[in-house]
This record gives sequence, structure tokens and C-alpha cells, in this order.
Amino acid sequence: MLLITCPHCGPRAQLEFVYERTVDSVVQPHTDPTEAMERLFTRANPRGLDDEIWRHTFGCRAWLVMTRHRTTHAIAAIRAAGPEALP
Amino acid sequence: MTKYSAFGLLRGVFNGQSHWLPAWRDPEPKSNYDVIIIGGGGHGLATAYYLASVHGIRNVAVLEKSWIGGGNTGRNTTLVRSNYRQKPLHDFFEFGLKMWEHLSDELNYNVMFSPRGAMMLGHSDSDMTRLAERGDAMRVDSIDAELLTRDQVAKLEPQLDMSRDARFPIEGGLIQRRGGTARHDAVAWGYARGADRLGVDIIQKCEVTGFVRRGDAVIGVETTRGRIGAGRVAICVAGHSGHVAAMAGLKLPVESQTLQALVTEGVKPMINGVIMSQSLHCYISQSDKGGIVMGGDPDNWPSYAQRGQPMVTQGAIAQAIALVPALSRLRMLRTWGGVTDVSFDGSPIIGPTPVPGLFLNGGWCYGGFKATPASGWTYAHTLATGTPHALNAPFDLGRFARGDTIDENGVGPLPNHR
Amino acid sequence: MNGPQRGGVAGTIRFSFDGKPLLARPGDTLAAALLANRIGLVARSFKYHRPRGIMAAGVEEPNALVTVGTSGRSEPNTRATDVFVYDGMVARSQNRWPNLSFDVGSVLGLAAKALPAGFYYKTFFGSAKRWMFYEWFIRRAAGLGDAPTAADPDRFSQRAVFYDVLVVGAGPAGLAAALAAAEAGERVILVEQDSVLAPSLVRDPQDLDPAWAEATAARIGELGGRILLRTTAAGYWDDNLITLSQRLAEPGEPPAGGIAQRLWHVRAKRVVLATGALERPLAFAHNDRPGVMLSQAVRTYVRRFGVVPGQRVIIATNNDDAYLTAAALRDAGAEVVAVLETRPAPAGASSGFTVHNDTMPLTTNGARHHLREVSARVDGKIVRWQADLLAMSGGFTPVVHLHMQAGGAALDWDDASQSFLPGAARQNVVSVGAAASVAPVGPTPPPENPAKAFIDFQNDVSLGDVDLAWAEGYRSVEHLKRYTTLGMATDQGKTSNMAALGRLAEKQGVAIPEAGLTTFRPPYTPVTMGLLAGRIERDAGAHLRRLALFDVHQARQPIWQPLGYWQRPRAYPQGAETLAEAALREGRSVRTAVGMTDVSTLAKFEVSGPDAVQQLELVCATTVGKLAVGRGRYTFMLREDGLVFDDGTVWRLAEDRYLLTSSTGGADRMAVHLSYVRQFLCPQFRVSVVNVQEHYAGIAVAGPTAKAVLAGLIGEEVPRHMSAVRASIAGIPVLVLAASYSGERAFEVYAEASLAEPVWNACEAEVTAQGGCLYGMEAMEFLRIEKGHLVVGGEIDGRLTPHDLALDKMLNKAGGYIGAAGLTRPALTAPGRRQLVGLEAIAGTIPEGAMLVTAPGQPADGHVTAAALRVLESGSIALGQLVDGFARHGEELIATSPTRNQSAAVRVVAPHFYDTAGERYRD
Repeated sequence: MLLITCPHCGPRAQLEFVYERTVDSVVQPHTDPTEAMERLFTRANPRGLDDEIWRHTFGCRAWLVMTRHRTTHAIAAIRAAGPEALP
Repeated sequence: MTKYSAFGLLRGVFNGQSHWLPAWRDPEPKSNYDVIIIGGGGHGLATAYYLASVHGIRNVAVLEKSWIGGGNTGRNTTLVRSNYRQKPLHDFFEFGLKMWEHLSDELNYNVMFSPRGAMMLGHSDSDMTRLAERGDAMRVDSIDAELLTRDQVAKLEPQLDMSRDARFPIEGGLIQRRGGTARHDAVAWGYARGADRLGVDIIQKCEVTGFVRRGDAVIGVETTRGRIGAGRVAICVAGHSGHVAAMAGLKLPVESQTLQALVTEGVKPMINGVIMSQSLHCYISQSDKGGIVMGGDPDNWPSYAQRGQPMVTQGAIAQAIALVPALSRLRMLRTWGGVTDVSFDGSPIIGPTPVPGLFLNGGWCYGGFKATPASGWTYAHTLATGTPHALNAPFDLGRFARGDTIDENGVGPLPNHR
Repeated sequence: MNGPQRGGVAGTIRFSFDGKPLLARPGDTLAAALLANRIGLVARSFKYHRPRGIMAAGVEEPNALVTVGTSGRSEPNTRATDVFVYDGMVARSQNRWPNLSFDVGSVLGLAAKALPAGFYYKTFFGSAKRWMFYEWFIRRAAGLGDAPTAADPDRFSQRAVFYDVLVVGAGPAGLAAALAAAEAGERVILVEQDSVLAPSLVRDPQDLDPAWAEATAARIGELGGRILLRTTAAGYWDDNLITLSQRLAEPGEPPAGGIAQRLWHVRAKRVVLATGALERPLAFAHNDRPGVMLSQAVRTYVRRFGVVPGQRVIIATNNDDAYLTAAALRDAGAEVVAVLETRPAPAGASSGFTVHNDTMPLTTNGARHHLREVSARVDGKIVRWQADLLAMSGGFTPVVHLHMQAGGAALDWDDASQSFLPGAARQNVVSVGAAASVAPVGPTPPPENPAKAFIDFQNDVSLGDVDLAWAEGYRSVEHLKRYTTLGMATDQGKTSNMAALGRLAEKQGVAIPEAGLTTFRPPYTPVTMGLLAGRIERDAGAHLRRLALFDVHQARQPIWQPLGYWQRPRAYPQGAETLAEAALREGRSVRTAVGMTDVSTLAKFEVSGPDAVQQLELVCATTVGKLAVGRGRYTFMLREDGLVFDDGTVWRLAEDRYLLTSSTGGADRMAVHLSYVRQFLCPQFRVSVVNVQEHYAGIAVAGPTAKAVLAGLIGEEVPRHMSAVRASIAGIPVLVLAASYSGERAFEVYAEASLAEPVWNACEAEVTAQGGCLYGMEAMEFLRIEKGHLVVGGEIDGRLTPHDLALDKMLNKAGGYIGAAGLTRPALTAPGRRQLVGLEAIAGTIPEGAMLVTAPGQPADGHVTAAALRVLESGSIALGQLVDGFARHGEELIATSPTRNQSAAVRVVAPHFYDTAGERYRD
């Protein structure tokens, strides 16, 4: 169980958080349908670092963007979601 | 190869069992094969076996980065069943279930398929209606399913908590009597031995590091033991499909997540068949050695680590004890995690890829073990003929973009919501 | 010195083994007490049912498994070495029939030659049924102890804590590390699986005065550190999370405080592993006989428990430590007949014992209960000694389990001690003491008869089995383990792994480190399932939510029905009414007069702010922007893949303030969806989304006289259909929405949940006055099916498009909603899709969930999503999904349910059975 440092609340047990999806899956409104489906239905799914979207459900309920390693589970960066979080 | 039989074991009484030969060879890779299968799990080995035995294609190599059967084949809870609601799924798994029924004889290797019955419990009238719907969908396609009353359930599994004031009282169940469990390792080893006998090269400690391309097409693989050419290359590495496909520039509708399982210390028989639940997320059976084998939902976050988080198994245990209170004083002996391909409709992917010469078998979520024979059989057909079999045609890679998803739970494309 | 009077201390604790009353001394483990009572035969092995005694003195014990406790507290497979005797303890042997001495299962031992490793893969062919016949016997022969059959009477608790330093193991190294950390001002927790501090000092007081341990512990306590005994660090997880299992009562013992065990989740900045080392057995023929013990264990029994397990002793060793055992035995009055030393002379020469170098035991002889004779080859000749105890030492294996569980950790091979030592680690963890370094050993010669030289004692795996696995091609360490079951017993291979690795490396012709390692999986020692479940198992972790008006309903004795996390009244039967009778009566009341029901569980969200419309028009696939203030409309929501996943209503309560309702079951999902749009997808929106699902209780009043009821409650300003007004009932402010699910003129009255009861009572009084009654979910289901309204989880099953559900005319023509892109996928508009239809029974009653077929034996063309009885007329009707259903109205089909032996001939019709013009709910 990871220890996740919420930018608002500080270090908390993973139990308080829910993983939602990867950043590369996000479909902005009004995206071209072909590109939208490509984003929705494929993932880089790397065996290394990826940008993930988590939610501090049992805490401040903020949406977070976490850069995390998929084999070591080490969190390289975490920030609150906002317009600047998107690629 | 020595034929396996009780007579052979008796013969061993007099020679110290010294007459048994290796179950498979340990060959050096050749420079070229008709088909290379990446991944020596149950599915890859079964594919090789059926390529050789059904299609006469024997110039086949199975490349395994570690040791055969060491991935999800050896990490699952060994359930075998075909009780799916959606037709493409139950048709596919039923084809497989029929293969399980003769697999030990077919392979001359006892895979210990034990049709002890796979029962889903219903905890309310609406659960029971959903179970009936599932059973009816199976029955009109000639698959066995039987609705059980409370009393019938209690008789089948006397250890269940049948009290009316339970949080999830047991109102009845749906049983597939032909479902059950099998010995997971034996499936990999049995297929390996069968494929090896037919000339397939099983090459362990041989990791694929890249694809050899001619134009768009894949014509071979780079490995830790050198370059190997191939007419067709078949990815069969569920859990790591995304990683291997990326070497060919493909992005898949798959996210890798941990699925955990656990086993208790062995006890004398207490659970007779397989217990699942319509409302709870745990499944329980008892192995022949006596351990209670259990699993639950995936961890629901991406990982390749084969390491889950303990609260997930703790939740599954809480649910299991709610169903079977006597589990409380048993002890968890081992817990482990496997890396699963969670696909974006919960169903597998078997078929060609957009890359000529490259085929994909993956996306098994938490249901791959029981599919082993059918997966191998249909994948072999697809590789041998270049086109999918009717059973795996619905499970093509193009279905997501096309809109033909096969969504057993109706929950849509985000894997963590499955 | 043996027996109840040993060491001058009387046995005072009463316990029983296999029904025989016995006495133990305070502080005894069950194993010590059994040895003191001269009980040598304690258990039967797993496969061959071989007689087994006590081999070890700690958690690594492979043989001495017993069942402790009775009824719901009965704990099978308890290691006799890891349970402390308490007064009244009931212990039973297991895996034997009819009794331990005479075990029918031991005939398997006679057939052992025909039952080598993996024998079951090679036989029992034929049909699956035939295998199950054999399997029946195998299952009964396997499985060790009996599971309890009663529910657990005790409780388990859980605790989560943060510490600077966790030290595992309160031996000298662990105590020293904990003291150093505490003195440096760090917050320390020190855990020890044994019941005493530094048990190794009691065994070997020559190293350090045992009083030092007490003094050190006291000092750690003064500095604020916490020390837990009987506490095992079981699992090591990500980010230095360690799970501890703490025994507050011994296995089977009624706990004083009601809590049997406590599970700790410790998050530590730094972890110190002082987990010690385990002694290895030696592999020789019949090394599993009662009376063959590990050397340090023997010393522990002598020094700590005052039990001398034998009087004529042979020592077999490849290292110096066993000479300490020889000395301890001699000091206790036993005769050390000979030391069999694998190392060449002069090893052991100065010990003062009779030492035979370059040898180890050949085999042992004896009876079921004890050892009689040990033989060895000395100078080429076989020598036999009469002996009742053989103490063996094959060297030491550092306990690296937790180090390896930590993930990303390495092991370094140490040739001198023939052991793996902890290497680099990714997490902040360090090993100290014997866990990090053990004494050198000499050679371990291979046995002459590997078939009976056991290495995994519990699973009866011998070196011969390893050889067979190798010969058959199971050559990786994982194949070896799985094929032979080596290391898979309840001891998890604590004493067997190194012997197997050594043999494998020898076969491969490589050094041990190259032979590979199996994974160290949690837990270190088995953990009670109830402890892992904690206190939540009765409700399976899914807490039931209670309606604000629960007591009100309960007083009216409804039939309850689960719905998501909730329970809602299904019907309010009167007298001897059945559910269907009650539902029909309630439904008729709604159709002909008025009825009221609790709709509090509906998902409700307040969406407000200047950009509320933009937010809603992303989430809803219908238009929202055109709503006038005070008006509402039906709406539905798509997933990003274009399929319908929920529906509800949206109301414009003020200029920039909206109320969105959606399904009960989908409430959590909808909350996340709205939050995703608000916080992640469009954080630039100036909008606030508040989940008010449980803030408001809701009461629906429906029927031809509903308007009169409302007029009686709030006066003449009764809102028109799909309009909203604020009013007050019984002095409580309410929001009244005129919306109809039943097809009748209807209103939903929302009041703050805590104030809802007087509102309900006022409504009920008025409804009763108008000749109406309460109705539950069953009647609501009948009414909505007649009307053709959809339900999430029924018609809306996450697989259909708006077009499939005949909702496409309501789609926002401007697009821009979530799911618009997904809807463009070609298969979503191709022929052959399942579409919403109505079904009318021609004969029989339509079973809900039944398959729709054109003729018996045909595949399913669709299914019945919901079935009902007509409320006012007789007849069975249903909604369903049917392939190309829109074009098949008038067609006759069979709704068949083979699992229930029910079927009905049905006609496909439009999915509206009542008031198709929609006149009844308007003014």
C-alpha cells in the first residue's frame, strides 16, 4: 500500500485514494471522433513511468496527476489537477 | 517420451522411478521457424500444441523469458467454467470447457480437471433474477446451468452462513455443475510435453527484445539468445501484452493491473465446489491439498510489479468470511499477485494485428486460466489459416474502434470501473 | 529433570493432548510440555502419514502440527512450538485415523515407492468423473487438520500507526538497534514473535546476561519506545508498510478482553530486521523420525524449558554451534555418545567429546514414538549407536523473508556460511545480527539413500524427489518447487529451501546463487483470516445505509428490498396479502386515487454557478440550456464510448442553479463523473457541484388525486407537470417537483432529511384522506413498466445507445456532450442491434430475465429486461431488448426461462402499455 503525498493533505495511505485513469486516455470535449476513440481505447501502458489520474476520495476529494513507476511503484511527481496538468 | 500410466509408476517401484524421461527437451533455438510464439504460459504452449497436432505445423518455437508456466498460469485460482451471460463469451468458454473434460487423456498428463460445480450465490430477489437470466442465456445455447433454492445451496455447501439476518443473505444460487477447478501447473506442463513430443521447440530463458521488420511486416524477433526468423509471430504474454506490442509500435486497449490471490493452510474437505457471488467480489474453492484458494477484484491501479496492496486481499477475506464464517480461524499461508491485461470491455483479444505477420492473444483480465484450451485452439487456427475461427472472431482488436465491444458487466471502457 | 517436577518447578497448568490430561509449567510451549511429558509422536506427515515428533523450537517447525482449541476457536495446523500452554488448553493430533499411533493412512508410506513426486500427474486417467472418484480419496487423505465448523466467537482489531523506526526481532541485535534509535530521539516500535525478550540469550546465556535484555527494554520504554511481544511482522509492503499480527490470546484460548488478535499496519521511515537465522536440518535416510531434532532447538528445550529431550545423544553437525548443544546436554546429565562431524579433523578435536570426522548419519532406526539407533560410516565401516536423541545442525539460514518481500531487494551469497545474506534494498531497510551474518559451516555430504532423506518434512519431499524432478526436466527452481511441492507446506520451506537449492545447483553443475531463488511471499508465518478481515466481516465491508425515514417505514412493517447500499420498502402488505397482491393493490391505488412512496435514495446533485449549463450540457446528452427557471426535463447521460449509462431529471431552480437527479444504484458513479468534469476535464468552469443525495429525503405522491393532496398540503400553487416550486409542509421548507415515473400526475416533495418525518406524516395524512395508501418498489416497478419508463440496470444496461433505447430524438442536436464522439462508431448504428421493445403475453406469465426466441431450440434474439402484471386489467407485460426490435412489432416470440421451467408466448409491441398519449400526468 503506497504512501501518497496529497498536495493538499500531505502523506496519506493509498487506501484513501482511487485510481481513475491515465492522462493519455483523457478525451477533451469536441475532440475529433477518430482521435477521441484512439485516446479512449488505447494506452501506452509502459513498464515504467506514466502519468496517472488519481482522486483523494476519502480525503479532500481532489483530482491529482501522479507520475508513477509501474514496476517500482515509486511516485516521481504528484500535483493537483488543473488546466496545466493536461498534456 | 515415456507414456504416463499407473503401470509406469508400478514399474518404478522396481527401478526407483528411474525410467522417466524429461517431459520436454531443452533445445537451442533454430534460425527460423514457421511460427514463433512469444510467451510460454498455458496459452502459448496450448497454441503450439494445437498448431502441431491439429494443423500439422511443427516448425514452431515457444519463447519464454523465464520458465514455462511461471506467469499467470501459475498464479491463478484455477477455476474452470463457462457461465457467462454474453453469447460470444459463453460460446467460447463452453468450447473450452468441453476440451477440459478430455484434456488429461488428450495430453496423457493428469491436469486434474475436477468438475465440482461452479456456483454463483444470489443475495436478493433481483440477484436471483439476474442469475436466472444468466442461466437462461446459457441454457438456450445448450450450456448447463441450474437455478438452486436456498435449501439446495445449503446442502451443497454446509459451511455457508444461511442466516436470514446476514448482510448478504443467501437466497439461492446458479450452478454450473460441469464447472470446477484444475491443476494450473499441470496444464502448462502437459501442453509443453505434448507440444515437445510433436517437435515444437520450447526455449526457456529466451526473452524477446524486439521485432525484426521488413517494411511494415514482422519477420522475426530479436531475443537474448539472438535473432530468430519467423513466418508468423504470435504474442501470447497476457499481463505484458502492452509492453511487447509496444516493441512493434502498437498501443493496445489494455492496462496492466495486479490481481491478487491467496491460499490458506490445508484443512480436511470443507468447501466442495467453487463458490462465487452475484453481489460480493470473492471466489472460494478448496484445492486437493486442502488449502482454501481465494481471490477477489483486481487492485484497480496499473502495475507490472506482481505485488498488490494488502487491503485488497483483506477486503476479499472479509467477504469470504461473511459467506463462510468457519474460515475465520484458518490461516492465510501465502498471498501473491499476478499482472493481468485488463481490457477495455473485460473480454479477451485474439486475432491479427494491424502489423502484417504479427498476431495478438491477450486482454484476459481475470479469466484467462479457464480459457487455456480454447484460447490455444482458436489462436492456433488463426495463426495457421491467417483468419480467426468463428469462436474468436468477435474478440478481434478492431472491435473497440468499431463499437462491437463484448461487455459482460456493461460498465464501459475504463478498466478501473470493471 | 523431565516430567512435571523438572527443574524443581512443579507443572501447574492443566492441558490435554488427544484427550490425555497432562501438566505443563508456566512459560512452556506446547512442544516443551509434550517433550517434558515424554510424548515423542505428535503428528503425521502430509503425504505418507509418517510418524513425526518435534524437530524445532520455533516458527520453522515442519512436523509438530496440532489442532488447538474447541468449537469456533479451534485452530488447526498450529505449530506446537509456537503456542504457549494455558490452563485448560485442548490439543489434538491431526491427519490420522483412527488415532495417532495407529493411522490407517500410513499404508501410503508402504506404497511410497509407487508414489514419487508428481505421481498424480501420471495416472488417474479416463473421464473427469473417474478422476473425481480418485480425488475423493486424495482430498480426504490430504488437508492436515479439520476446519472449525462453528462461527468464530472472538473479535479481531486493527490499528494503523506511524513510527520512525520499526525493529523486527527483540534479540540482542534488535534490542541494541532499538535502543540506539530511541536514544537518538527516534520514535521506535520493537516487535518480537516470541513471548519473551531475547529468547536466544536464555538459550545461550554465555553470550550476554539475559538481565541485559530486560534492562534494555526498560530503557527503550522510558524513551517512549513501544515493545510488542507475541507479535510477528508478517508482510512487508510498498513504502515501508509492515503488517504485524499480534496475539492477545494463544490459539484456542478465550481472550480476556474479547479480542483474540490485533493487526497492525505500521508505516516506518526506517526498518531494522533483526530476524535472526534458522538452523538447517541435515539430509540423511530417516532423518524425520521422532527423536531427530535440530541442535539449537535441543539446547533451547534444555536451557529455556528445562526439558532434556533424550538421555543418549548423537550430535551431527557441519559447524561449531552444535558443540554448545552437546555441552548443554552434558551439563543437564545426558550422555553425548558421539559427535558426527562432516568437517575433517581437527574440527571438534578440542571439544572434549568423541568426535568422528568426515561423516554424518547414514540412517536411523526406531519405533513410531522414538529413536533407537543411529548409524554412520566411520573410516569406511558402518557403526551403530544406541541413541534416543539425534541433534543435527546443517548450518544456519538468515531470515531474509521480509528483506525480500520489501521488493527490489537483492541477496548476496556467502560461501563460508553457505547462505544468502541480505544485499541492497530499494526501501529503507537494513538487516542486523544473525539475519545479516551467520557462522561458517563445513561440507554437507550427499546422503547415500536420497529417497528417504527428507528435506521438506511436512510435505514428505526427499532429495530423491528433487533428483526425479530434475531427471524429468523440471529444472528451474520454481518448477522443482511446484512439481515436488517442496517449500509449499505451512512452514513455507523455512528449513528446506537451502537443501533443495544445493541439490539443484549440484545437478546443474553451477554455484548455488546461479541456481535461482523462489519468491518470498507474505506472510512470514501464516496469519489468521479473521484477523485480516478485521471487524468488518459481518457486513462484508459493505455498510448498509439507512433511510432517513427508516423508523417510519419500519412501523408500517414493509417487505424490505436491497437496492445498492440501501434497503427500500418493496411493499406494505396488509393482512395475509402476498407480495404481488400487495403490489397490485398499491398500484391500483396510484392508478385510481393516489399513493405515496419514499424516493430518498435517488442521486441528487446541485449544480450552480455561471457555467452550470456548460457543465450539465457536457454530462447530459439532452439540451439543458433552454430550460426556463422553475422548469425541469427528463435527461440521460452517455459514457465516453457513446452508450447510455444513467438517466434522471434536470431542474432549473434559479438563474444559475440546477438540480440533477439520477439513479440510486449509479449515484456514486455519477458523483465521480460530475467531479471528473468539474475538477479535471473543465476546471475553468465557474461552477459548483454538490452531492445532496443524502441531504434531502424525497417523497413521491402519485395518482389522479395527487394534485388535490398537494393542494391540501401547500395550497393552490401546485406546480404544473415538469415544474418546480418551493413551499412549506408542516412548517418545514420543501421543494416540490412535478414529475411522473408512474405515468400519473405526480409530485416529488424534498425536505431536509433530518426534518422529513413531519413532512411524511403530513403527506400520509392527506393521502389517506384522499383514499390513497403507501406503495413500495414492487408497485412502482409495475407502474413504470406499464408506462415504458426505463430503469438503470434493466433496460439501461450499459450496452445500448440512445437510438437502441428510442431516446435519440432527445439528443442535443448541437452535440458537444460526453459520448458524442463514441456514438459515431459504425457498429453502433449497424443493423442487428438490440432495441427496446414492449412484450405482451399471449399466454402465460412472462418470466423476468427470460430469453426471447423465435421458436424452441433457437438462439436468443433478446431478453426480457423487466416484467410486470397490468395494474388495472389482467395480463402479463414486459419490456425487453430484441435484435432489430423496432421493426418487429406484431411478431410473436417465446419468452423462455429454462432454469425456471417457465415460458410464455409473447407479442412484440411498442414499449408503452398505458396512456400512450401521455395525457394523465398533465393538468
